[in-house]
Amino acid sequence: MTTPTNTVTTKKPDVLVSVNDAKLHYAVGGAFAAMRGKSTVVKAVDGVSFDIRRGESVGLLGESGCGKTSMGRLLLKLEDITGGSIHFGGEELSKIRRKELKSFRSKAQLIFQNPFDAINPRFSIRQTLAEPLENAGIPKAEREDRIIKSLELVKLPEPAQFLDRYPHQLSGGQLQRVVMARALILQPEFVVADEPVSMLDVSVRAGVLNVFRDVRDRLGLTAIYISHDLALVRYVCERTIVMYLGRIMEDGPTEDIVHEPLHPYTKALVAAVPVPNPDQSHDPLPIGRGAPDPRNPPSGCVFRDRCPAAHARCAAEVPQPRPVGSRLVACHLF
Amino acid sequence: MPEIAVQKPIGIKRPNILARLFRALRLPTNDPFAVAGLLIYLIFIVTAIFADSIATHDPTEILYTPAYDLAADLRPGQDGFIMGTTSLGRDIFSQLVYGSRSALLIGVTAAFMVALIGSIIGLVAGYFGKWVDAVLMRLADIAFGIPFLPFVIVLAAFLKPSIWNVVIAMALVLWRDTARVIRSQVLTLRTRGYVEAARVAGSSDFKIILRHIAPNILPLSFLYGSIAIGWAILTEASISFLGFGDPDSISWGYMLQDAFASQALAKQAFYWFVPPGICIILVVSAGFFITRGYENILFPKLGR
Repeated sequence: MTTPTNTVTTKKPDVLVSVNDAKLHYAVGGAFAAMRGKSTVVKAVDGVSFDIRRGESVGLLGESGCGKTSMGRLLLKLEDITGGSIHFGGEELSKIRRKELKSFRSKAQLIFQNPFDAINPRFSIRQTLAEPLENAGIPKAEREDRIIKSLELVKLPEPAQFLDRYPHQLSGGQLQRVVMARALILQPEFVVADEPVSMLDVSVRAGVLNVFRDVRDRLGLTAIYISHDLALVRYVCERTIVMYLGRIMEDGPTEDIVHEPLHPYTKALVAAVPVPNPDQSHDPLPIGRGAPDPRNPPSGCVFRDRCPAAHARCAAEVPQPRPVGSRLVACHLF
Repeated sequence: MPEIAVQKPIGIKRPNILARLFRALRLPTNDPFAVAGLLIYLIFIVTAIFADSIATHDPTEILYTPAYDLAADLRPGQDGFIMGTTSLGRDIFSQLVYGSRSALLIGVTAAFMVALIGSIIGLVAGYFGKWVDAVLMRLADIAFGIPFLPFVIVLAAFLKPSIWNVVIAMALVLWRDTARVIRSQVLTLRTRGYVEAARVAGSSDFKIILRHIAPNILPLSFLYGSIAIGWAILTEASISFLGFGDPDSISWGYMLQDAFASQALAKQAFYWFVPPGICIILVVSAGFFITRGYENILFPKLGR
């Protein structure tokens, strides 16, 4: 599943996170709908498998509603898995008990999408950053020092002056740095970043992204970067997983995917990236807009009703991910 | 009247806990009605606390005039009785003063119980959801099905007559409104990013409820507490008037019942039954005035 060509760390390329046929299904509709046989199941994540090696940065790419955020939440045990398994450092997530949960929480962290919502408005920055330290049992005397250090890590200038401020007194970029500092303060091994710059002004995005890249390299973090924006994923991750309606479409080195997309869906995604050249003709999406109703996905390949290359086999059979060169592609064309 | 809520289990031990709680309660001091309500409460609280020195007589003592006649049905001002006397020769003014004591005692304890029980059940049901929520909300449905006044009367029949029956009944039944409203508030709060962030940071459910959710519903439970004060006083008055009250403690409802039984209206003794009626109206409406002020704070978009 993983190829040794995209190894970045000098460490032994061992697997930190292993996802095996993970499923996350939600029942939609209440008890009455179930009685009338009208309840439906939304398959937010449906049979996803991949491995992440230590130190690797993986981009999880897809349009909204494709299950990328649900996948991220599964990896952090914020949702209970419906089927399949996820191993973190050799330990199965669904078997982690309440007592061991704290130690898992200190190893795997989440960087939130919306920094304006991710910090309790009643908490000062000091209180916000002290919370994980408190939970991890770090003595009071050490906390202040670690708070300052983690704020320095995310390049918040003069961190000491921010400690007693409240979230509404900070800008979006500053808040997102605080959110990152909170995620990093316990020195986790694994970080899931869920569209960390999508709520920020374009002007501060680059700064926050650079901090993310810099910190990741400095701490040797294993990271998952969830985004709908191929350009951002390309900037941050060496490997990309493309998801569509809860399934993996393509999985491989980011540069290969950008330059030569194989799956028809990935092709459409790459074509949709705006080019900063007004003379270049910009083809509209060949696949039309809007994914089908996730409560009622097409049979066989979930992408077939939008796919320009769909044929009879696509409706009958679910394509399994197959290795194509350095990549895995789930399409009957390959 | 912030003292009531001070004992709620919601605060975390900090040196300036009183100041923090005071701020968390967000007393509606910019609404003239709410300020009037708070003032009325203040006056009655002071009266209740210093009842011993304000009252001129023992409210249950049968009094005599200087001429050694029974001081019955005296008009206000006669023989130095400020508001006159009852048919049994008791001082109405002193009864009124002592009545504020039992009214506030019942009101405050009932409000405390209602706000406390309702908040806890609402928090737990809203936060944990699933079967916990289902069980607690079905219990609330049952509580909604119990007619309140008959329930208090039945309770008074089983227990010995006491002013605490009202408090017990309110604690058993009236938590339902508070719990429902707080639950719905918690349902929206628990989806906030910072609640999830606390979970990712390794905080326990208990800690998340206490530190991230409870402070946001504190004004709401105080709102329901102030409604409950009025309810409790009104209920106690009704129960006493119906004759199921505590015969040993003086309350405004007891005064009304006494006046009614002694045919005060036929005697034109307005000085007897109007003052306790006004007191009940004042305290109950003060509660609703404060509620009104809270409504402006909690739901500013309603506009008025």
